[in-house]
Amino acid sequence: MTTVQLPGRSLEGGSGGAADRLFRNGTRVAGSFLVIALIAIGVMLWLSSSQAFGTFGLGFVTGLTWDPVASIYGALPYVVGTILTSLIAVIVAAPIGVLTAIFLAELAPRRLSIPLTFMIELLAAIPSVVFGLWGVFVLGPFLGHTVEAWAVEHLGWIPIFAGPAYGIGLFTAGIILAIMIVPTIVSISREVISSVPASQREAMAALGATRWEIVTKAVLPYARSGIVGAIILGLGRALGETMAVTMVIGNGQDIPHGLFDQAQTIASKIATTFNEASVGIQTSSLIALGFILLVITIALNVVARLLVWRVAGPPGAR
Amino acid sequence: MAVIAPTIKPAIATRLLRSRSDRRRAVFDRTMRTIALLAALVCVVPLGAVILFVAINGAPALNLDLLTKAPKALGTGGGAASAILGSLQMIPLAALMAIPIGIAAAIYVAEFSGTRSARIVRFAADVLVGIPSILIGIFVFTMLVLPFHQFNAFAGSVALALLMIPVIMRTSEEILRLVPGSLREASLALGIPMWRTVLSVVLRTGLGGILTGVMLAVARAFGETAPLLFTALGSRLVNVGNFSKPMDSLPLFVYTNARAPFTVLNQQAWGAALLLLLIVLTINIAVRARSFRRNVS
Repeated sequence: MTTVQLPGRSLEGGSGGAADRLFRNGTRVAGSFLVIALIAIGVMLWLSSSQAFGTFGLGFVTGLTWDPVASIYGALPYVVGTILTSLIAVIVAAPIGVLTAIFLAELAPRRLSIPLTFMIELLAAIPSVVFGLWGVFVLGPFLGHTVEAWAVEHLGWIPIFAGPAYGIGLFTAGIILAIMIVPTIVSISREVISSVPASQREAMAALGATRWEIVTKAVLPYARSGIVGAIILGLGRALGETMAVTMVIGNGQDIPHGLFDQAQTIASKIATTFNEASVGIQTSSLIALGFILLVITIALNVVARLLVWRVAGPPGAR
Repeated sequence: MAVIAPTIKPAIATRLLRSRSDRRRAVFDRTMRTIALLAALVCVVPLGAVILFVAINGAPALNLDLLTKAPKALGTGGGAASAILGSLQMIPLAALMAIPIGIAAAIYVAEFSGTRSARIVRFAADVLVGIPSILIGIFVFTMLVLPFHQFNAFAGSVALALLMIPVIMRTSEEILRLVPGSLREASLALGIPMWRTVLSVVLRTGLGGILTGVMLAVARAFGETAPLLFTALGSRLVNVGNFSKPMDSLPLFVYTNARAPFTVLNQQAWGAALLLLLIVLTINIAVRARSFRRNVS
């Protein structure tokens, strides 16, 4: 007998016989492929970096020097560079992104929210390398002559604002990253905000609340964990973003001291040196950098997804 | 006659309020709403700025030479033919690998698997999407470049395919879930086996949406640079058909020429970036405008 279940659930079929079984197993192979690929990526990066971790141990993560001549490799400057650029990006992008999501989901009339959503989706589609090119020749010089020059002149006595302002370095990289992660934060926050039940808003409105009070007192508390998840997903994207950052961050080999210093992130270090590295401990150390990045991004992604699911529900659960 | 319920919009409600604190609340409300509007406008400024500057700087360089000539030595001119041809070879091969796997995985999750394994596959896809593309490049390097001691275009295609598969799978799965169960039941009730039902009824119904996902994945692959750095490597030579040798691609061309110390090459980078942007935005606008229209109607 054939049991037919509700849509979206599996249809256990006894009929069809061999062809059906073949088809089903074929799709199962494709499904497992994704899981296997994910595991393989982790295993291969771990194996290829074991030489570096074996030689330097956990000191690899805290090591300050990266010296191919002396064969000493430490990841700290790049880890710090990665964290700082991503932090700048999130500090800039999170408030703008969340406010935009609120505007699109709660406040804007449809004739405004549809084109704006469309344009923000297009922003997400621009290739990283195009952002990089624009960053090197347009945004970097612009920031260098305006924001950075002003900060160095007026706030230069604070160590982190000390010059010189080249327009190439941590700050520009952070701003480029902010532009690139805004679409992620907006689209997921918007989705989360839209999934807040209308009854929440109606209850506030019935009490005589203004539009903004409805947003801050009814919608945001309900959507909070999902919005945090959206910001973390943006952070995860910023951590691993390669091309645009590589092109605008310059080439600093030390832990940056100021906001406008040149630096390197894990991704940019790999991108610029991997092909020149000799196979052996140097390549292994670069892959070890990649492994650190892999662990951080996967952990962040898992946490973020769980937070988003708490509000919007897991995908496919409809 | 229908009774019209008296609805008071919040905006009107605020106007009815008289006391001083209420006026303050109304002003605060309007201020914050304006700030939210400004934030939304700030978000789209970079889109305009990028398109504007790429168009201004790229238009003079986007000429017949760029499209048809191979790069010349040491920044003396030439064009981006090697890169254009490279992209046009590696991306179709990547799509050829990614489309069947992505759609089949989506069919598995949407039609056959139990809840648990569906969740695992979906989770793997979500995590794969989140992995930085440069790490995909390193992974493929260790699998397909290191053993052969040769950077090759095939490895580049595989890396791009790995990026496309989870995107295609997730969008296709969402679409398959939207296909009403009654269609499946009707087909099965006619005695049509499950595999035919999925292929000719379910898949055909969702074809438009699946195509949308595929095209967006292709657009993404067009712009990806990082996974190709250590796989296809890039090349100044025109490579047609030899997937065991290095090959150039449009984004790689933009990257290398942007870093070159020659103005001519920098200009070529702008030209190639404009071409790349035109391709990516055209695909995105065409595909999204279509699905927007469908959502509205």
